[in-house]
Amino acid sequence: MSLATLLLLADGRLPSGGHAHSAGLEAQVTAGRVRSVADLDGFLRGKLATGGLVSAAFAAAACADATRWADLDAGLDARTPSPALRRASRAQGRALLRAGRAMWPVAGVGREPHQPVALGALAAAAGLSPGQAAVAAAHGAITGPASAAVRLLGLDPYRVHALLARLAPECDRIAEVAASRSGDAVDRLPASGAPLLDIGAEYHATWEVRLFAS
Amino acid sequence: MDPHAPLTGGSRALRVGIGGPVGSGKTALVAALCRALGAQLRLAVVTNDIYTTEDADFLLRNGVLPAERIRAVETGCCPHTAIRDDISANLDAVEDLESSLGPLDLVLLESGGDNLTATFSKGLIDQQIFVVDVSGGDKVPRKGGPGVTTADLLVINKTDLAPLVGADLSVMDRDARARRGDLPTVFLSLAEDRGATPVADWIRGLVAARAAG
Repeated sequence: MSLATLLLLADGRLPSGGHAHSAGLEAQVTAGRVRSVADLDGFLRGKLATGGLVSAAFAAAACADATRWADLDAGLDARTPSPALRRASRAQGRALLRAGRAMWPVAGVGREPHQPVALGALAAAAGLSPGQAAVAAAHGAITGPASAAVRLLGLDPYRVHALLARLAPECDRIAEVAASRSGDAVDRLPASGAPLLDIGAEYHATWEVRLFAS
Repeated sequence: MDPHAPLTGGSRALRVGIGGPVGSGKTALVAALCRALGAQLRLAVVTNDIYTTEDADFLLRNGVLPAERIRAVETGCCPHTAIRDDISANLDAVEDLESSLGPLDLVLLESGGDNLTATFSKGLIDQQIFVVDVSGGDKVPRKGGPGVTTADLLVINKTDLAPLVGADLSVMDRDARARRGDLPTVFLSLAEDRGATPVADWIRGLVAARAAG
C-alpha cells in the first residue's frame, strides 16, 4: 500500500475527465443558492454526507471484492434517480478507467462503470486498501466542486483551500464510516441522496448555455 | 480485451486538431473543410465549445455535416485542459464516433477559442492547425507562442480584411517564417475561398500519406 500511489489516484491533475464536471454546483450557483465561501461550505458538507458517503462506500466495496462490481454498479443505478447524473457518473467512470488503465492493469470492470466502481477497481489494481479507496472517493467528492466554485464564482482560491482543509477531518471520518460498511450487502450500503441536486441536474442538462458537463 | 487500448495507427482515422484564438475563424474553417472534403472522405467532427454547443449547432445549421457526424465536448471553463492536459472527453467522443459510424478517414477536432498558448496533446491528435486572423494585428506571428511556433500548419485567415485593419501580410509572412522554420504557413480568406483550398489540399496530402503507410 503505497501512500504516493494513493496521492496519484486522488490528484486533481489526474487526466480523468473531472475538470468538466461541477458535481451539481453549476445548477445551484445559477439558481443563486451558492454565492460565497460560506455557501460553498454548506454545499460541500451536504455533498460529503450524501453523495460523498455513498461514493466512498461503493469505492471501498469495489476495492474489497471484484466479484461484486456488477452488483455494486446496479446498486449505484438504483441510488441515482437522475438520468443526467447516471450519465455523468458513467462518463467519469469511463474517463477514470482510461487514465487508470494507463497506470495499472485492470480487467473485468467493463467500459463505462459508475465512477465509484471504477475508482474502487483501480484502487485494488494499484494495491491500495478499501479504506484508501474510500478516502480518495470522499476527497474527490469535495475537491471537484470546490475547483468548479473557483471557476464559476471567482472565489478566492486560498479561502476555498482553507475550507477544504477544515473539511479534511470530516472527509476522513466519512471515509472511515464508508470503509467499515464495505462488506455490507449492496442493498444495505449507504443510500443517502440529495433531491435538490437530482432536480438541478435534470434542469442543467436542458440548458443551452452551460460551462460544465454536469 | 482492454476497452481503452489505443487503436493502432493504420486502423483509426487521421485526427487533425484545429486551434486558435476566439473569433479567428476555426468553426468557419471546419465548415469549409466539411464542404471541401465531405464527399471524398469519411469525415466526422468534435467541437470543444467554452460553454455551449454553439459551434456544433453552427455546423448543423449550415448543413455541412449530418448530426450523427458531429459531437460536442463540454470543457468546464477550461478549453485548453480538454485538448491538452485531460483529453479523456475528446478521446471518448472520437471513439464513440468511430464505433457508431464505422471506420473513418478523418476526424477534425476543433478547440474552444483560447489564446496563443493553446496546443493539442499528441495523445489526442496526429497533426494540428493553428488559426489566427489578420484583424488581430500583423504582430501576432511575431509574438509567437506554442500555437504559432509549433503547429503543423499555421493558417492566417481573413486576408480580405487586411487593407481595412492596416495589416501588412508580408510582415506576417516574414515573421511566421522566422518563428516556424520549415513548418508551412498558408494565407486564407474564407470569404473568397469557401472550400479553404490550401488547407483542404494539405489535409488530402496527410490522408494520402497515411493510406500509403
